[in-house]
Amino acid sequence: MERTDPTDPTDPTDPTDPTDPTDSTDDFIVLDGVEKVFDVRRKTGFLRRERREVRAVDGISFSVPRGEMVGYIGPNGAGKSTTIKMLTGILTPSGGRLRVAGIEPARERTRLARRIGVVFGQRTTLWWDLPLIDSYRLMHRMYRIPDARFRANLDRCVELLDLGALLDVPVRQLSLGQRMRGDIAAALLHDPDVLYLDKPTIGLDVISKAKVRGFLRDLNAESGTTVLLTTHDLQDIEQLCKRVMVIDHGRLMYDGALAGLHEIGESERTLVVDFEHELPEVSVAGARVVRVEGPRQWLAFPAAASAAPLVTELASAYPVVDLSVREPDIEAVIAQMYADRSALG
Amino acid sequence: MAELVRERGRLRHGVAAYRLIAGAWVRSTMAYRASFALTLCANFAVTAFDFVAILLMFSHVDALGGFTLGEIAFLYGTSGTAFGLAELLLGPVQRLGSRVRDGTLDTLLVRPAPVLAQVAADRFALRRLGRVTQGLLVLGYGLAVMDVDWDPVKLLMVPMMLVCGAAIFGAVLVAGGAFQFLAQDASEVSNSFTYGGNTLLQYPPTVFAKELVRGVTFVLPLAFVNWLPALYILDRENPIGLPSWLAFLPPFVAAACCALAGLAWRAGLRSYRSTGS
Amino acid sequence: MRLYVAVAAGGFRRYATYRTATAAGVFTNTVFGLIVAYTYVALWDERPGLGGYDQAEAVTYVWLGQAMLAACSLLGGGFEDELVERIRSGDIAVDLYRPADLQLWWLAGDLGRAAFQLLGRGVVPMAVGALVFELALPAAPGTWLAFVCSVLLALVVSFALRYLVALSAFWLLDGAGVTQIAALAGMFFSGMLLPLNVFPGALGELARALPWSALLQVPADVLLGKHTGFGLLGAYAFQAAWAVVLLGAGRLLQYVATRRVVVQGG
Repeated sequence: MERTDPTDPTDPTDPTDPTDPTDSTDDFIVLDGVEKVFDVRRKTGFLRRERREVRAVDGISFSVPRGEMVGYIGPNGAGKSTTIKMLTGILTPSGGRLRVAGIEPARERTRLARRIGVVFGQRTTLWWDLPLIDSYRLMHRMYRIPDARFRANLDRCVELLDLGALLDVPVRQLSLGQRMRGDIAAALLHDPDVLYLDKPTIGLDVISKAKVRGFLRDLNAESGTTVLLTTHDLQDIEQLCKRVMVIDHGRLMYDGALAGLHEIGESERTLVVDFEHELPEVSVAGARVVRVEGPRQWLAFPAAASAAPLVTELASAYPVVDLSVREPDIEAVIAQMYADRSALG
Repeated sequence: MAELVRERGRLRHGVAAYRLIAGAWVRSTMAYRASFALTLCANFAVTAFDFVAILLMFSHVDALGGFTLGEIAFLYGTSGTAFGLAELLLGPVQRLGSRVRDGTLDTLLVRPAPVLAQVAADRFALRRLGRVTQGLLVLGYGLAVMDVDWDPVKLLMVPMMLVCGAAIFGAVLVAGGAFQFLAQDASEVSNSFTYGGNTLLQYPPTVFAKELVRGVTFVLPLAFVNWLPALYILDRENPIGLPSWLAFLPPFVAAACCALAGLAWRAGLRSYRSTGS
Repeated sequence: MRLYVAVAAGGFRRYATYRTATAAGVFTNTVFGLIVAYTYVALWDERPGLGGYDQAEAVTYVWLGQAMLAACSLLGGGFEDELVERIRSGDIAVDLYRPADLQLWWLAGDLGRAAFQLLGRGVVPMAVGALVFELALPAAPGTWLAFVCSVLLALVVSFALRYLVALSAFWLLDGAGVTQIAALAGMFFSGMLLPLNVFPGALGELARALPWSALLQVPADVLLGKHTGFGLLGAYAFQAAWAVVLLGAGRLLQYVATRRVVVQGG
């Protein structure tokens, strides 16, 4: 697929920028110390509320060159979708620097929208009650896709994603797999430079999965579309991505080849401590408090370190009632991914 | 100046997107004409029952708050039509809270079109013309039976009431939607200003407590939708002693309301994008 | 029996967690109550004693209406959306295998919800109403007790009506039309827009005989002390008769519908 000219003189949000750095550098997606902090209010009594800061994304830096296909994995709540939301301009970062195709997503969301395609695995970007083809026609006009390109792209998607019989069906009547294929097509009609896929194969049967993967591989090879995909399915990564990034507790834990993934060792374990009563954040060497809830506190410490000295120190300094150690979520996730694969053979 | 040009561009862009999406919904509705006709009638009937209740009241009395049935029909018709138009064009904004809750708002944010236009045009429902039609019929009845010395100014005031009234109600709808960025379960609060406001304006201001009339004149300026122009047309004293020239202000009030609602919407969207909730 | 009490308590607690929605609802009920109360004051100014009410009684009727609006879910928001959804998705088949009666199960949950909404959304607007207007609330505890019984019957009738509407989803692909007509009839014939004893002539006779009058008109008249002695028993009998008829019709419809589900295998 050819790229359309992203600058449109009639678009008021789209001033032509002659120094668009994307054409001079290979790094197409750039994150530098990006943070997202949420204020969470929690009920602690009948009317009492407690405010707490949650660092959903805690200083992430990486860059993705044009045309690369990258897997982005981590447990639920690790910060994956928050990252995607910042990359698409839905959320404004609390700190750090973020560029996609040289555009700052949060500031120029509409301009960026013409250059990216987004597929949310759980919710559709299609118009729920309209026939599939109507959604595509809307995309055609809304993204101002030249007629010939639209027709060519649609024909291609219809053929490769097997959508011919579905075009006149309202989206709400499609099965999950059909809808996902419909969504992927919708995200590609305007020849985006980047495609974000959030769990694109979740809930699909084996044949649909193979179809979607094959399509994405061809797309990347032929059009050089940069793809960032989050997934719970190791096969997605194995078959599509040379590079994988792992995120946990809002931090990048691993960035490299898939082969090195099982060696991930810098993750943290968590010590959950119940004190006799509420305390301010405790301080002990070699660990930091990541969460406080009433008399309970969560302390993170390096997974390689032993918990014993930590426990001793805590027990001597504070009125400890109970303790437990939690293994890092991310290891569980990766272990689960490998387990799923061996189960499938 | 540059900012103004940008704003105008954005507005044009929004209107274009709105027409696009609304058009798709109209085409899709028209594929099932019988079903459409049925829902249109149902919508007409639902709103008509309000007026039936007023008719029942007038089976016992000749005037309410000093206003005859024809005069109340005039108030009812202007308010109902203005609100009906606003609801037709911007109705889905009232469901913003549920879009935030189920996360579908995010899918609108990744498209290259203003979010307000996308939200407002979603499920654009021509059946809402039922309320507009019903309002216009009652308005016609009121105009026919009312005893008024019409002059060109008073005649021109009627269409002005409908257009400016729709704009004021539209601003209230958008502001109510913007509030739901902060409180997702609070759609009922905006209902009390929109549907409640419409109910209020169907009755003459003399019926209500003076504080309430002051409130909807100075705080939430619903009185400019129909009360103030209608008092001028009917040559009546303002119940809170305000001068009659206020009847000429609705265009300015409507413009100010729309500007404020636009700012509120923008602030709400900004807050959503920084908190993500 | 204990199962159904637990289900009802669950319904109560579930709605009690929607704090913002409840606060918003209280606000709306108060605003609408104020608007309607002022129009009634104007009406009863012109015609004192209309429909056998004095002005204070008419205004009390308005605030009671606001309290019952959500409890009887006249504008929707009760169990019915969920039941329709379960019928559409086929999850209803699962419910049929539960060791509980389908109708009683939903009734219990809805009564719990209604109890919360009556208290959560009714009391505060009524208090505001009492501050702004003179209300005719009874002093005798016996009248309040009689009122509570009548409200309970009203809630059962309201449930039975909505159960019938919801079950229509077994046959109708798009139940929006039926729901809308039912809501319409509910608003008008319950007396929410205007007390039924103000409806003139034959329309009034008809409206007072229909089941919707059991939702608001009858409890209001009980609260205002219009039914005493045998009259009160007559009012209860009217509500109970409609409850029995409608619940019975619901049972019958449920039987026909579930047979269909079982035969078709869900």
